[in-house]
Amino acid sequence: MDTAIKLIVNGKEETVVTDPARSLLDVLREDLGLTGAKYGCGEGLCGACTVLMDGKRVLSCATPVAKADKKEITTIEGLAAGDSLHPVQKAFLEEGAIQCGYCTPGMILSTVALLREKPHPTDEQIIEWMNGNICRCNGYPKIMNAIRRAAGSDRR
Amino acid sequence: MATDLSVDQRCGSKSCESSDELGHELDLNRRQFVQLLGAGLLITVSGGVGLAQRRSSSRGARTVAARVHIGEDGRITVMTGKVEEGQGARAQLTQAAAEELRVTADEVHLIMADTSLVPDDGITAGSRTTPSTVPAVRRGAAAARELLTRLAAEQWQLKTSALDVDDGTITHKATKRTMTYAQLAGKTDVAGAFEQSVPSDVTVTPVSEWEVLGSSVPRPNSRDIVTAEHRFPSDIRRPNMLYGKVLRPPSYGATLTSIDLSAAEAMKDVVVVREDQFVGCAAPTSFRATQALKAIAKTASWQTVSHPSSKEIFSHLKKNARTGGRSRPRTRGSVDKGFADASKVLSETYRVAYIQHTPMEPRAATAEWKDGKLTVWTGIDWPQRAQRDLARTFQIPAEQIRAIVPDMGSGFGGKHSGEAAEEAARLAKAAGRPVAVHWTRAEEFTWAYFRPAAVIECKGGLDANGSLTAWEFTNINAGGAAIDTPYNIPNTKILSASSDSPLRQGPYRCLAATANNFARESFMDELAAAAGTDPLAFRLAHLQNERIRTVLQTVAEHFDWAARRKKVTDEVGVGLACGTEKNSCVAACVEVAIDRKRGEIKVLEVCEAFECGPIQNPANLLSQVHGCIIMGLGGALREEMRFEDGKILNASFSGYLVPRFKDVPKIDVHLVNKTDIPSAGGGETPIIAIAPAIGNAVFAATGIRIRSMPMRGIPPRRV
Repeated sequence: MDTAIKLIVNGKEETVVTDPARSLLDVLREDLGLTGAKYGCGEGLCGACTVLMDGKRVLSCATPVAKADKKEITTIEGLAAGDSLHPVQKAFLEEGAIQCGYCTPGMILSTVALLREKPHPTDEQIIEWMNGNICRCNGYPKIMNAIRRAAGSDRR
Repeated sequence: MATDLSVDQRCGSKSCESSDELGHELDLNRRQFVQLLGAGLLITVSGGVGLAQRRSSSRGARTVAARVHIGEDGRITVMTGKVEEGQGARAQLTQAAAEELRVTADEVHLIMADTSLVPDDGITAGSRTTPSTVPAVRRGAAAARELLTRLAAEQWQLKTSALDVDDGTITHKATKRTMTYAQLAGKTDVAGAFEQSVPSDVTVTPVSEWEVLGSSVPRPNSRDIVTAEHRFPSDIRRPNMLYGKVLRPPSYGATLTSIDLSAAEAMKDVVVVREDQFVGCAAPTSFRATQALKAIAKTASWQTVSHPSSKEIFSHLKKNARTGGRSRPRTRGSVDKGFADASKVLSETYRVAYIQHTPMEPRAATAEWKDGKLTVWTGIDWPQRAQRDLARTFQIPAEQIRAIVPDMGSGFGGKHSGEAAEEAARLAKAAGRPVAVHWTRAEEFTWAYFRPAAVIECKGGLDANGSLTAWEFTNINAGGAAIDTPYNIPNTKILSASSDSPLRQGPYRCLAATANNFARESFMDELAAAAGTDPLAFRLAHLQNERIRTVLQTVAEHFDWAARRKKVTDEVGVGLACGTEKNSCVAACVEVAIDRKRGEIKVLEVCEAFECGPIQNPANLLSQVHGCIIMGLGGALREEMRFEDGKILNASFSGYLVPRFKDVPKIDVHLVNKTDIPSAGGGETPIIAIAPAIGNAVFAATGIRIRSMPMRGIPPRRV
């Protein structure tokens, strides 16, 4: 049974009338044209679909859209302020922490969520927090550098 | 037609990196392309030469114009059939063109992997972009520069030898006259001048004079990656598009005998297609398409076949090994004599499991038919292959098919085939609307292909001095990549034998080189131990290849091999391995910690030296080496496909454990820049030293030799 669901996506109110069992990821990608969050596994095991819901990170592929009703969703498309990139986006660019780039939006949003909770994470805290985000190019060393840079804990 | 597009609006934007922004229409003719991009471009590729090339099945750009275009505004466009999937080809090929055109990398706009626009540069595989496509692009760009210089010389009525080119500007120093490419393009028929083949004697810039190559140019569209402006194959959306799902057999080899489509047909907005074994549904959302497919899948009857399980895979491969016929061993000297001369003979069997690439982005395609012509956007390593395959499937001329590969979400050799494109095209044809097919992770795990499993039999003979007298090596099923030993052994017999693979198998980063090097370098370690010699000294004593010696000695020095080998305990071991493949050389030292109570292996440190000739992009090469090292850990320690009754048992990231942040050891990479040989690709070979180095380190600590990949651990020690 289709239901009207109200989402505040990147500051903009959107109402979708849809099956409430659909994933938030599908609704973002298929109904709202926001393809930044990626499908990687469909069961919340890889982090490619990471978005922020009321400021906390969620795995949108494992979140029924009904649970996002009236929530504020931030996707990668909403991170930069106009032409000015978010510091985490900048850090990924500056460190060249990108290979194929498919995991990158999820990595960036996970990092944003981390730094909101722990502005100065230790390496151990970064690793613990990021372990749910897979990079199959295995570009983890440069992603670590990007996170350290974004956290201002770059020690080089 | 593409009249709604203009260069300024679409391609002039900074985010335009993929060719699809040039317009989605297939049948742009010469005049329209001129309108689209200014004089010259692409026409030669799309209208004439490109198609002619396909018909004659020749590769590469036949004319300078097929490779390089200078717009009337001076904008430089370069075209290649190669695909970007994270390996860095976009940056490297941009650098290659910029180097020879004497401009900076950001002045070159590179169009990749669009059959309507680019020459066929062959499949993106086998580390071939660096040794084949980079030189082709450099020659094309160098030829373009020479033609531009000639045009300027004609304008000024001077000899070309009197002119210099720098920063996209042609200069006559004596008279201080200058002309930019843009000025030249405005005045002369550059496009016409480019309508000739690349001269065979065109010279490219020597390594010692490189200004753009050799530097760490970032991926040109990386900003679009961090903002998600870039559209991956699974992000392509078309007006009025549906999402498709395809019915999969319950097990390998199963055939559909009957199915009742009515439940799906009764669903609103759902298109159902059955063509023999192909059954699929398309709907406005993927959720709806999945529901429709589930509704009819329940009614399907299948005829199944028996299928070997992963438990019996190695005996199955061994039993079905085809060692005669075309599988002839390569021999040197006489192994019979060599073993007779030996004072010690060792013989062991190594095993390597099937693994999968698990690219971050599973197979995906969007297909759109218009007036009998087909456009597909898909993730595949070779757009022209997709085009050819689709032409065969739908019985239409290849010219009526445009295949576009937007920079895609990784591949590692796993995306040589275009299943999703065909599925999307079938559904789109029936639906009369564009259809996107995005494979699920489980589909990718089950219906893509795998790195072959292997049974590898090794036999080696040592004389009383600890020198190798004979070497026999047989790889069953995985293939012959890097199967030859780089060591100096007088008598050798080496064989790659095919077998009956129950799983669909195909290329994977470095092919069978990982399996062969695992067996060889582990077995060399066994022989070193049998000879009572240090593993490094044993290798060096049998190694004449200077390039391998260099990386081996480099890594041993940085790792402090001699000292750390002395500090080995029964819980901390060090090991090393080296190898060569695809004209590049690698050596690694690792340190492992072993939890003796649990039998678990943890890799603490990897130090690796790698050499692939003159380094074209150091930062990208470092990324590739990082990727190989960590990906190598997965195959070494954990990854394996488990299957039974024709079903994959672990088609999920919960049952198939790929490396994550917590698995990353301390990594120390040393890139050796060897400038007196041509550059080789660097995205594969660094993977081949990891598994044997780990196994050798485990042996050093415990005396236990693990002869299988993955190395799940060692037997726990009872306390």
